[in-house]
Amino acid sequence: MDNASIYLDYNATTPLRAEVKAELLDALGEPNNPSSIHSLGRSARRRLEKSRRQIATLINSPPENIIFTSGGTEANNLALKGGQYTDIIVSSVEHEAVLAAAVNAKKISVDKNGIVILSELENVIADINGDCFVSIMWANNETGVIQPIKEIVEIASKYGARVHSDAVQALGKIPINFRESGLSMMSISAHKIGGPTGIGALVVADGVELKPALVGGGQEKGRRSGTENILGAIGFGKAAEVVAQNPAENKRVKNLRDLFETKLSRCFPKVNILSRNVPRLGNTSAIVMPGVLAETQVMGFDLEGICLSAGAACSSGKVKRSHVVEAMKIGDEPATNTIRVSLGWDSTEIEIDFLVNSWLKIYNRANKKI
Amino acid sequence: MSTYVPCIMDSRIDLGFEGPPSKTRVVVAMSGGVDSSVTAALAAEAGYDVIGITLQLYDHGETLRKKGACCAGVDIHDARNVADQIGIPHYVLDYESLFRNAVIDDFADSYLRGETPIPCVRCNQTVKFQDLLKTAKDLGADALCTGHYVKRIVGDQGTELHCGEDPIKDQSYFLFATTREQLDYLRFPLGHLSKDETRAHAARLKLNVAEKADSQDICFVPGGRYSDVVKRLRPGAIDPGKIIHIDGSILGDHDGIINFTIGQRKGLGIGGRVAAEAIGGSPPLYVLELDPAQKTVIVGPKSALARDTVIVNQINWIGPDTPLTASIDVLVKLRSTQEPVHGTLDRGDNDEGRIILQQKQFGISSGQAAVFYSAEDKSRVLGGGWIVGTELTHKM
Repeated sequence: MDNASIYLDYNATTPLRAEVKAELLDALGEPNNPSSIHSLGRSARRRLEKSRRQIATLINSPPENIIFTSGGTEANNLALKGGQYTDIIVSSVEHEAVLAAAVNAKKISVDKNGIVILSELENVIADINGDCFVSIMWANNETGVIQPIKEIVEIASKYGARVHSDAVQALGKIPINFRESGLSMMSISAHKIGGPTGIGALVVADGVELKPALVGGGQEKGRRSGTENILGAIGFGKAAEVVAQNPAENKRVKNLRDLFETKLSRCFPKVNILSRNVPRLGNTSAIVMPGVLAETQVMGFDLEGICLSAGAACSSGKVKRSHVVEAMKIGDEPATNTIRVSLGWDSTEIEIDFLVNSWLKIYNRANKKI
Repeated sequence: MSTYVPCIMDSRIDLGFEGPPSKTRVVVAMSGGVDSSVTAALAAEAGYDVIGITLQLYDHGETLRKKGACCAGVDIHDARNVADQIGIPHYVLDYESLFRNAVIDDFADSYLRGETPIPCVRCNQTVKFQDLLKTAKDLGADALCTGHYVKRIVGDQGTELHCGEDPIKDQSYFLFATTREQLDYLRFPLGHLSKDETRAHAARLKLNVAEKADSQDICFVPGGRYSDVVKRLRPGAIDPGKIIHIDGSILGDHDGIINFTIGQRKGLGIGGRVAAEAIGGSPPLYVLELDPAQKTVIVGPKSALARDTVIVNQINWIGPDTPLTASIDVLVKLRSTQEPVHGTLDRGDNDEGRIILQQKQFGISSGQAAVFYSAEDKSRVLGGGWIVGTELTHKM
């Protein structure tokens, strides 16, 4: 990584963990096709299944329920399109990979903190007698808000509806127990926990019918054909193992995030930090800067050497108005002026202090001259 | 390809700041074309703290009606590649809704009013020199640079706007609405160059876009079919009507006044007349007037296009401070491709004005700009206004 840069954008992607890098280097260069019958094929199969077990341990799921995909987007697409439901219910704060994969879905509103309104969810499910598929994210990428997955599953189960959850942001940051969650499906991704990009998984409970998006050699029990991304899976597995063995890591990151919010509030008492008093990821902070558009802030921070984001970036790099914050209906300024700070295992207090100073510098520069 | 490469004496540009270039932050508006790419590259070469910004103004996929085309389009990728090549930070800003409100809607409504709009001026006036300029200031930049072929000269009475050195590329007509305050903050490093020199710089700096063709059309009107764009933006607002001769006779039908421009001669769709012209029966016909209320196109002989008075509003004045009551001799350009002509400007209240032309002009269209140049120093832009009407005062 560029030494001059301070990376505070872990929700976008994370640096590769050193342990993962070492594991990948060890596996590089091998002819890795788990479908091959010969000894090297068996060796590849062994590595693939080990990775599956490592991930299974982190999320408490039977390993065989994990289907490797190219990432969270593919997992979400497979879940939403593979079930072939006519009625799909999502929340209004889902990631684009869910919203675009279910364009006709009914959207459930969120409250001013970004939490799905459960009464509305129940009414909608009851209206169609439970003959539907529900997809609600575990934790939001922009605000870090954690959805009440347990209650959501309970409501859906009452009417016999199945639930999928995009757990890409939640993975590794809060405890996830797939077995106990009652979810039918769950999407996860490696590069948000220190693994490589290009690998993710859809976790599918027993008995769930799923039409594959990719057909061919019948890999992943026929649910996702194509030679497995062994290197990706090895990286994913190792990252999951490191996370599972370091429960203190999240505690430290949360303390750092809280310290940042305290320091910023001390310097700028009227600062608006979204969803501050509801359950949210310990690494995420969504902050409104009065008078400065989010895109201008992101540029300003970048020029200070700080990497952070505003909402979800389009592939062209432009910043869009946040549909997540807009759905919270807390006014115009939060929807246009919110940036996201997302910390990780390498974040330090020195970086936090620099962030606070830069925040104040950008705020004062833009608001002084009007 | 031309083998002519102009001699570039000293390529290090000076943007006129007291501090060293490394301590001077400038934002360059990068469109992805050769001109703005060279602007950014020259500023970077001179050691300035350069930030490249590209504005996404409209959805390329939608505008070009190509399913699956990227929302960004090739120009944004070109700008990004150049920025990467010259080693400057580069950002893309989503100005779609700003551009639609400030430029595209006005463009469509102007045609429906029977005018011939100039969206490039509106874009400079609003999106670039208000919104982007504010962003540049928010980023702590000392200046906003563009690749326009105009010169900014600091005179005794403040900052002046002058024509670009290269008369073929001069873009001063499109920048008449730039205010003094905006001019103070703007820099135009290409104003002293010819297009050949700009291209030579692009080649010397080995920019990826060195061979890229100049853009010809209005950016959101691919292929120049502006009527298609207006039809799509204002469905149902385009009504057919009659083509009427100035003598009162009805010559035929048309499918919407937006398809016509004042002074237009060809493509009127009145075949009988054309045949009559061919045998010398009647003089050629020109569009004289577009009447949105009656939905009529009035045509007649060229002589009926003659005007000697132009009425303008929303005047932007960046010339010497003269009292509003004084008549001023000016050179005036009534469309971008025209040579300036002599006239006398009388400014009234509320930024309105009248220009009495020394010689009659033909085919002056509302919606275009009347841009004033100094009669003494032909290169200096004094300002300009939007044409809202014309008259013929002296019939002789």
